[in-house]
Amino acid sequence: MSYIQLAYSDLILPALLVVMNGALSLALHLKLERQLALASMRMVIQLVLVGYVLTFLFAAVSPFWTALAAFIMVLFASREIVARQKRRLKGLWTYGLGAGCTLLAAGTVTTFSLLSQLRPEPWYHPRYALPLLGMILGNTMTGVSLGLDVLVNGVVRERAAVESCLALGGTRYQALLPVIRDALRSGFMPTINGMAAIGLVSLPGMMTGQILAGVEPVDAVKYQLLIMFLIAGGTGLGTLAAVIGGGRLLTDHRHRLRLDRIASEKLP
Amino acid sequence: MLTVSALKRLHIVVSFELADGECIALQGPSGVGKSLLLRAIADLDPNEGSVELDGVSRETISAPVWRRQVTYVAAEPGWWADTVQEHFTDWDLATPLVDQLGLPASCGTWPIRRLSTGEKQRLGLVRALLLHSRVLLLDEPTSALDAASTASVEALVAARVSAGTSVLWSTHNSGQARRVGSRLFVMASGGHLEEHSL
Repeated sequence: MSYIQLAYSDLILPALLVVMNGALSLALHLKLERQLALASMRMVIQLVLVGYVLTFLFAAVSPFWTALAAFIMVLFASREIVARQKRRLKGLWTYGLGAGCTLLAAGTVTTFSLLSQLRPEPWYHPRYALPLLGMILGNTMTGVSLGLDVLVNGVVRERAAVESCLALGGTRYQALLPVIRDALRSGFMPTINGMAAIGLVSLPGMMTGQILAGVEPVDAVKYQLLIMFLIAGGTGLGTLAAVIGGGRLLTDHRHRLRLDRIASEKLP
Repeated sequence: MLTVSALKRLHIVVSFELADGECIALQGPSGVGKSLLLRAIADLDPNEGSVELDGVSRETISAPVWRRQVTYVAAEPGWWADTVQEHFTDWDLATPLVDQLGLPASCGTWPIRRLSTGEKQRLGLVRALLLHSRVLLLDEPTSALDAASTASVEALVAARVSAGTSVLWSTHNSGQARRVGSRLFVMASGGHLEEHSL
């Protein structure tokens, strides 16, 4: 397996393409140049740092450092889930529900694949565990945040329907079912669309990376299929747990709708 | 007999009894808390105090079972499916009541989005009447209806009261309060009930 190695100096010319975007923004008064510069700087610093961190982790092969890196990834994912929601749950659940469900789903699916399909030695080897967790986490996070956003907004919008069902003796699950279905559909949809379009509309990043690194395309495809199955499983599990958990938190043991548990709307 | 003792919800604190086959009219200015009181009795919002039906406390039975016996009907009922009949367990059982309230039996196939406010109000009442609850908590059930439809709703509920159903009927219409109620409660701005003569 061989690949063409890049020096940092090789990146100067492609970086000029981003500079060109900045120049376009200035010329067309789009006022995006500051955001573009900041985003580009963040990307460079974050990726270079990640490169060094992964190099350290791969050399250490320590369960402690691997678990700490995974924990930090989940923390960032939970922050992102909250940031993407128009309305949030109050208190600890603001972060707890999204983080808990993402950790549960991504952690379970990643561990499953490490123990059953990839079987590296040791099983938590960061070279396999962290990239896998990262890809599953990113997709699970999208499903969880979309599912929770649709659930909370749906409950607020459909309050009269939910409460009418409750008033007629429906249980909280019967009353929330139409909203829960919408939330689950929204959470699953990006993964379904992604699976349908993959290979025709786009070549996925991981597969492209492996091919560029010299892996045979057919072998790269097998890895990509494994990743897609894991992503589908993780997203399904995480979204289901978050939406059902969210439904429980938005009602109480007396089957009452508890909109007082939603924090006031985020200002734009 | 529905017994409400020191029921507290926000600023409201009330105690009263509602006998079987009795209809109490409930009046008071807008925003004073009439709907809050009806919802609290149905246990739709967190509240304190005791509510019993024939001496059985609502805490001893599940909330859905309680609400099938003590049913709240909102002034603007909500709808969770696309057509009318999807909101009924058995549409055939609903059609005689629908007919009494001046709606055609074919309205079962109507999409919810084409219903007027008054049609929704009448169908919401039919939906609740089919439960044959012991107590009905009616929150301005005729606020969107014309005189003829109001009369048909009053007649339908009166028949249920004669058969033993207890009703707490919130209304802004003093004439209606006198027609439907055997007693009249007025909720004062402090959130307590005063019994007035009809």
